[in-house]
Amino acid sequence: MHELSVAGAIVDTVVRAAEGRHVSAVRLRVGHLRQVVPDSLAFYLEIVSRETVCEGAAFEQVAVEAWLRCRGCEESWQVTEAAFRCPACAGSDVEVLSGEELEVESIEVEENAACTA
Amino acid sequence: MHRVKVRVVEDALDANTTIADANRADFDRANVAVVNLMSAPGAGKTTLLEAVLGPGMDGVRAGVLEGDVAGSLDADRLAHLHIPVVQLNTDGGFGGECHLDANMVRSALPALDLEALDLLIVENVGNLVCPAEFKIGEDARIMVASVAEGQDKPLKYPLMFRACELVVVNKIDLLEHVRFDLDKFRYYLDQVHPDVHVITTSAYTGEGVDELRDWLAAVPARERRTAGAAV
Repeated sequence: MHELSVAGAIVDTVVRAAEGRHVSAVRLRVGHLRQVVPDSLAFYLEIVSRETVCEGAAFEQVAVEAWLRCRGCEESWQVTEAAFRCPACAGSDVEVLSGEELEVESIEVEENAACTA
Repeated sequence: MHRVKVRVVEDALDANTTIADANRADFDRANVAVVNLMSAPGAGKTTLLEAVLGPGMDGVRAGVLEGDVAGSLDADRLAHLHIPVVQLNTDGGFGGECHLDANMVRSALPALDLEALDLLIVENVGNLVCPAEFKIGEDARIMVASVAEGQDKPLKYPLMFRACELVVVNKIDLLEHVRFDLDKFRYYLDQVHPDVHVITTSAYTGEGVDELRDWLAAVPARERRTAGAAV
């Protein structure tokens, strides 16, 4: 549902990083907690990137598992559904170790060979 | 022509966060606390604001930034409160944004006399997903859920129910007419956001409205304390 907003933010980030060069591939890291539907994000990325330097780029989405840690008892666990209380001690002081990523990890840009002498 | 891989490692929301930080700095300079009020469309945010702000807040000068896709219906409704209200529409861009982002809020700041405020309530566009992603420079976030929406919403929209300090369960006067189990809602909410503060309200009967007003009125003092402690 929010994939359009997310796609817009991703394309803006890629365009800035590309500094005017054409982008052929983009590698993204998307955390489980961001509730992004991969197919939906791919759909919007294709639309939002039109008429930008990343038009037609291959967007690769790498899913990142959500892991939490309880500050009370040090227990850490992987979250697959909405359950954010510590399963060991029922504590609520919980930190997110991973799963909130919405990251442009790398891009592949096209450069003139002359630039790399 | 050849291809070069460039490492970027940048959060896609960093650009928004940078602007949100600039907003926050402006708010701090003017000594105004900012609350981001979020909910699904029709949960009763504007009616709640009318009920809460109508009698005035003792010693707290409040203003409202109204975010809507289009129109000024909500701002018009608040006009009789005689407090600063600024309407912000999001329909300038790609078919109308479904949320407020930091830049949109920034664009509305010149229309607001921040120095004349202690508390600015930003009523976000009604939406249970996108507003959670985009910080606007706020000090606190409130999520309003109405009993007409169903008890399972925290499990369906954990992003939103986790991104707030207060959950308001509104339209509590409708409890007898809808299949909404408040205990179950609280249980689901606890799974998603353990120990989050909950206030039950009805903007019509006035139940819980004083409690919500007190909570809001306490935000500026709390923020000044936190800011003071940080120095």
